[in-house]
Amino acid sequence: MAGHALEAGRYALFVWPAYGVSAAGFAWMIADTLARARRWRREARRLEKDRAP
Amino acid sequence: MIAALANPHRFMGFSRVAAPTLGLAAAGLIGGGLALGLAAPPDYQQGETVKIMFVHVPAAWTAMLAYGAMGAASFFFLVFRHGLADSAAKAAAPLGATFTLLALITGSLWGRPMWGAWWVWDARLTSVLVLFLLFVGYMALRASIDDEAKAGRAGAILALVGLINLPIIKFSVDWWNTLHQGESILRAGGPLLAPVYLVPLLLTGAGYCAAFGALWMIRTRAEVWRRRAAGLALAAAL
Repeated sequence: MAGHALEAGRYALFVWPAYGVSAAGFAWMIADTLARARRWRREARRLEKDRAP
Repeated sequence: MIAALANPHRFMGFSRVAAPTLGLAAAGLIGGGLALGLAAPPDYQQGETVKIMFVHVPAAWTAMLAYGAMGAASFFFLVFRHGLADSAAKAAAPLGATFTLLALITGSLWGRPMWGAWWVWDARLTSVLVLFLLFVGYMALRASIDDEAKAGRAGAILALVGLINLPIIKFSVDWWNTLHQGESILRAGGPLLAPVYLVPLLLTGAGYCAAFGALWMIRTRAEVWRRRAAGLALAAAL
């Protein structure tokens, strides 16, 4: 079953790039989203701390 | 529900739990769907290229969902002036653009062996390309205006006008003769796909939508923090 799952025959040149591009797209979306959230949360907290008397 | 979440404090509390929950659900659904889909037998006509369906169709569905979400958030921003709605609309655009690009690229990789062409200017492909350009145009328009309120309003109007493209994408295969195959899932008379393909497709489709939901919430949270940081920096400078 696992062997069949990875079998794409003469279409492998089209099937696996489609999966690779999808994985890369997800990796970019996750990395960019988490980095953005971390950056602005840290910045907001720093400014809140600076503001506190 | 929407009115309750319009309060940023309540949204931040809700999304702190909902985003990772949706993210975990997305991982499970996509993992399960792909495991079943990759193990499915080759299609009698399309052979092993049918495996591309499990990443192409969910990306296209999610791209449309993302545009619908951006349009709805833009509507709430224009009508009720909720800053959180503007943050949500802005957060949906890069995700929607990425899902649309994934649908276009994976579709092209599917089209080449099946149609003999990487691209054709048929109604379905062209309307999805227009969807991508709408996402990119929305981001470019916002980036070109310094005043955040004006940028939000201009972006919201563009997003609402672009909503007309969603039914065009959906019905393009019915209204025009296209090389792209006709509607085979959401159609009167039930889906045309065999369960061995339909079940994994629905699982990956739900997983992609859940992934969008999780990432959208996190990006909206980031935008709330960014605006808070901008406000604090301005207050400190005065």
